[in-house]
Amino acid sequence: MSEASAPSRAADIKAQAACFLARVHSGEWNEAGREELDAWLAQSRAHKAAYWRLEAAWDEAERLRVLRAPLSRPETTPGKRSFISVKIAAAAAFAAIVGATTFLQSRSAQTRTYATGIGGHQVLNLSDGSKIELNTDTMLRIGSEAGQRQVWLDRGEAFFQIHHDASHPFIVSVGDHRITDLGTRFSVRQEGDRLRVALVEGKARLDSTDMWSRHQSVELSPGDVAVATATSLSLLRKSDKALSEELGWRRGVVVFDRTSLADAVAEINRYNAQKLIIKDSSVAKLTLDGTFPVHAVPEFIEVAQAVFGLSVKRQGDHTLISK
Amino acid sequence: MAEKTPYANNDGAKPGLGPDAMTTDEVKAWFVREVLPLEAMLMHFLQKNWRNRSDLEDFRQDIYEHVLEAAEREIPERAKPFVFTTARNLLISRLRKENIVPIEIVADLDVLGIAADEPAQDRSLFARDVLRRLQSALDRLPPRCREAVILKRIEGLSQREIAHRMGISERVVGNYVADGMSVLADMVYGEQTDSGSRT
Repeated sequence: MSEASAPSRAADIKAQAACFLARVHSGEWNEAGREELDAWLAQSRAHKAAYWRLEAAWDEAERLRVLRAPLSRPETTPGKRSFISVKIAAAAAFAAIVGATTFLQSRSAQTRTYATGIGGHQVLNLSDGSKIELNTDTMLRIGSEAGQRQVWLDRGEAFFQIHHDASHPFIVSVGDHRITDLGTRFSVRQEGDRLRVALVEGKARLDSTDMWSRHQSVELSPGDVAVATATSLSLLRKSDKALSEELGWRRGVVVFDRTSLADAVAEINRYNAQKLIIKDSSVAKLTLDGTFPVHAVPEFIEVAQAVFGLSVKRQGDHTLISK
Repeated sequence: MAEKTPYANNDGAKPGLGPDAMTTDEVKAWFVREVLPLEAMLMHFLQKNWRNRSDLEDFRQDIYEHVLEAAEREIPERAKPFVFTTARNLLISRLRKENIVPIEIVADLDVLGIAADEPAQDRSLFARDVLRRLQSALDRLPPRCREAVILKRIEGLSQREIAHRMGISERVVGNYVADGMSVLADMVYGEQTDSGSRT
């Protein structure tokens, strides 16, 4: 007989089932996904019950289509004149290595999308004098509606140097969070559901809406780092040194300061297609200090071998690190 | 334990491997058609008999696991008494562990009219109510999540189109849709209908 286990067990399974179901309906479902789902369902009856239940409810929700007409909402009319235009600057020396900036004209002509690949780094010069620096694996859209200065960070990390204009606030949106500049230099990093805003200079306001639609607003001063998730908003304070280390990527480096090997590897992996993988958790806890160029995977591996005496094995695109 | 449970008459055979084992599709069809529409009543029953609300979802999960296990061997002739007997037996064994004497549960099953099993009537009640439940599920979603669910389920847009339209990444759309799916299921199946006090 099964007995009570961790309180969140059913909720966890439900969340996993919902993830699968959302993927099935994403429009990008494939054979590999199907196999993964089948294997998961075969693992337990609890998985089956949770998945079937969500699927059946979603099928029932088909009935909602009767509501279709009144609920569909037309988009706003596309803006004709672009308030800010962009000149892509010759980026810093290491930018040429991988991932040229991709520029996509979006369908509606309301936004323009800029993206960097893994290891990419690009500087966008806006016509209003502001500057946006994109870090590795980043996607950002710039609104072209007249009279608006709005940017959406869809993925990755960017550093903003905003030319202040009180009558046209510069707004960066990340999911349900908005950062409104009050004349500033700041970085924004999106990672999964987590948003991290670090303010270097000036002032900015972060408006955050959590999953219960509750609104929170916080004003940031230099040195403030705000971390927002779907459920919380917290504020920490960093020294100038720590902040400049956090922004090392603008100079093409990552800085580790008593960083665990696990975190260091995760950071290096952001910039390189060849991924490092730590095989055992005891290794992951080792800590290291130092500054590495973002693409210095061989040097990083060398440190792992020479300093920690770890063994390293190459396997396709992956490099396994173990004891 | 001396208790006779509906899932305990498994004379050593492995579930699903017996000669009369049901196919997964049969089990699923039965579960969706017969068991899920009972969920609101089941949750009501659990709420009345179990103080700790945070356990209810796990409790329901356990009941479904037992019900499926039995159905894999043979699909119960009458779903409702079977589901509620399973629920009661699990409750009793849980309450025993906590040294609470569970007298009223047994009586409660009769009060709920579970002895009188009328599946056709239960199902049509459920069907009549489902659109209203779906609508209140939509109302309950946070605005952005609701927008994603509407674009997906009602407008039938792809994840990519939704991402574009809402100005968010496809992954965030996926998260919204997944959250929406959970809330829809809870409302469609789990929520007790307060007949009498409908607005």
